[in-house]
Amino acid sequence: MIRFLARRLAYAVFLLLGVSLLTFVLIDLAPGQYLAEMRLNPQISVQTLSALESQYGLNQPLPVRYARWLGSVSRGELGFSFEYNSAVWPLIKVRVRNTLILTITALICSWSLAISIGLWSAVRHDRWEDRIFGVGTSLLLATPNILIGLGLLAFALHVRWLPTGGMNSLGLGEAGVFVRAKDLALHLLLPVAALVAGALPLLVRHVRSAMVGVLNSSFIVAARGHGVPRFRLLLRHALPAAMNPLISLLGVSVGTLLSGSLLIEVIMSWPGLGPMLLQAILERDPYIVIAAVMFSTLFLVVGNLFSDVLLYGSDPRIKCEP
Amino acid sequence: MQTDLASPATKTETLLYVTGLSKRYLRGGLLSRRRTQVQALHSVELTLRAGSTLALIGASGSGKSTLARCLVCLEKADTGEIWFAGKNLLTLTNHELAPFRQQIQLIFQDPAGSLNPRLNAIEVISEPLLIAGLGKRERRARALELMELVGLPAGWGSQLPCEFSGGQRRRLAIARALALEPKVLILDEALTGLDLSIQAQISNLLLELQSALSLSYLLISHDFGLVAHLADEVAVLHQGKIVEMATTQQWLQNVHSLSSEALVACFAGSGQ
Repeated sequence: MIRFLARRLAYAVFLLLGVSLLTFVLIDLAPGQYLAEMRLNPQISVQTLSALESQYGLNQPLPVRYARWLGSVSRGELGFSFEYNSAVWPLIKVRVRNTLILTITALICSWSLAISIGLWSAVRHDRWEDRIFGVGTSLLLATPNILIGLGLLAFALHVRWLPTGGMNSLGLGEAGVFVRAKDLALHLLLPVAALVAGALPLLVRHVRSAMVGVLNSSFIVAARGHGVPRFRLLLRHALPAAMNPLISLLGVSVGTLLSGSLLIEVIMSWPGLGPMLLQAILERDPYIVIAAVMFSTLFLVVGNLFSDVLLYGSDPRIKCEP
Repeated sequence: MQTDLASPATKTETLLYVTGLSKRYLRGGLLSRRRTQVQALHSVELTLRAGSTLALIGASGSGKSTLARCLVCLEKADTGEIWFAGKNLLTLTNHELAPFRQQIQLIFQDPAGSLNPRLNAIEVISEPLLIAGLGKRERRARALELMELVGLPAGWGSQLPCEFSGGQRRRLAIARALALEPKVLILDEALTGLDLSIQAQISNLLLELQSALSLSYLLISHDFGLVAHLADEVAVLHQGKIVEMATTQQWLQNVHSLSSEALVACFAGSGQ
């Protein structure tokens, strides 16, 4: 297990280094830079611009900038934001936390629902209930995330008791933990619903097809024949057997939910990485963009690592393999 | 067709009595143009005596496995009666059926596939014992006992099915089927695909278990040698109908039906 983990961690470090280098190169190749607009301003002298360039290190070649960025990563700063005139980490750490709150909640909700609905649908394979769910998931699959988000916002405006943006209500400074948690849950409801609605159809279809395959397999029929109770048959025999492809999908779904959450955060004013990343792209603030990309990659890598460990732990046959 | 063995007069000494059992499947989807009916079983009459072995033979697709699945209530027959211990199983609710299901156990055609690959040998055997309401320790002890009964060392209890050989998996499947102390074992081609020495070992084990535990077997097989070795009576299934039923000796000496002749000719041609 330790060797397995060490190997996966080494891959993860190489992947992160590769992604960081690629992001650096792509941002460098993109037209325009942070000082481009200042150059058009006649009130800013060339001397000032060159002083700023050397202060931010923009006149250095790419390898030097990359090495300096790696140095700042090792100091825990993750580069320097030109727009905010501050190290990147203090700026984005709260945003990272908020994005994680949203993504992890959506991940838990979408998987809980997907397993329940997929299992139910598989048990009622080819019956009318299953067909209705099939049509429902197809419709949801064909609906763009942005439309789902806007629809939910319209719904919130209509009912008036759901917050339409932000993460906390104003005036909760002295409130207790329970009130704060309730307020957070209420604010999470819409963005999580939008993310779950986007991710659910694909997950339900995977769970359903994996379960249908397993429910028809010989050992399930044998267990039925030996009188194993239905509930136990589903949870103890069928679900673990269907889990391998689903656990692999779990890692991928972290990435899907994360990219979805960046969009939903912008639409629903959730103070996460999404709005900051969008602003940093518009302002051409490269180190915030790089940090946001790196955190997205890190979430994805951790998600995949988690699913690998789960797979290793859940399937005893993997340990049999040389 | 010889029907004397299945006549109501002999019902008192019979353990399992099947009459008029029919099962059909619909092929094709709800909106399919080619929606057809397949009559898998057609008014099947069958009698299994206590402590005896009845061989069910027939060509592929003749309905043998469907009949086996109907007998263990994995498939619901459309019409007919399955009499066991004074009850018609087809009229019972799922709850009422539970104790009778324990008494008729099926050993599947593909033992490797019929064992949950994630459970170890002890878990595989002890899983049906949950119904009997035994505690974890008792289940484990019973599983080890059964492993020894079928000739598997108790030390292999924590091994996964993938770590057993083909013959050992058959033994494991037999141990699991015996866990609930059934009266009837249905062996659906359970010895197919084994080499001769292992097949001989398993068939001897089955004979030993039969005399020790007073078991009755319904042996579904293509192997005439095995049928001759294990079975007391033979029933021939052809296109879902029992076309012949006789003692093994009588049947081997005096084949009546055309389908039996075809079967014998086929197996004689293949050197069995």
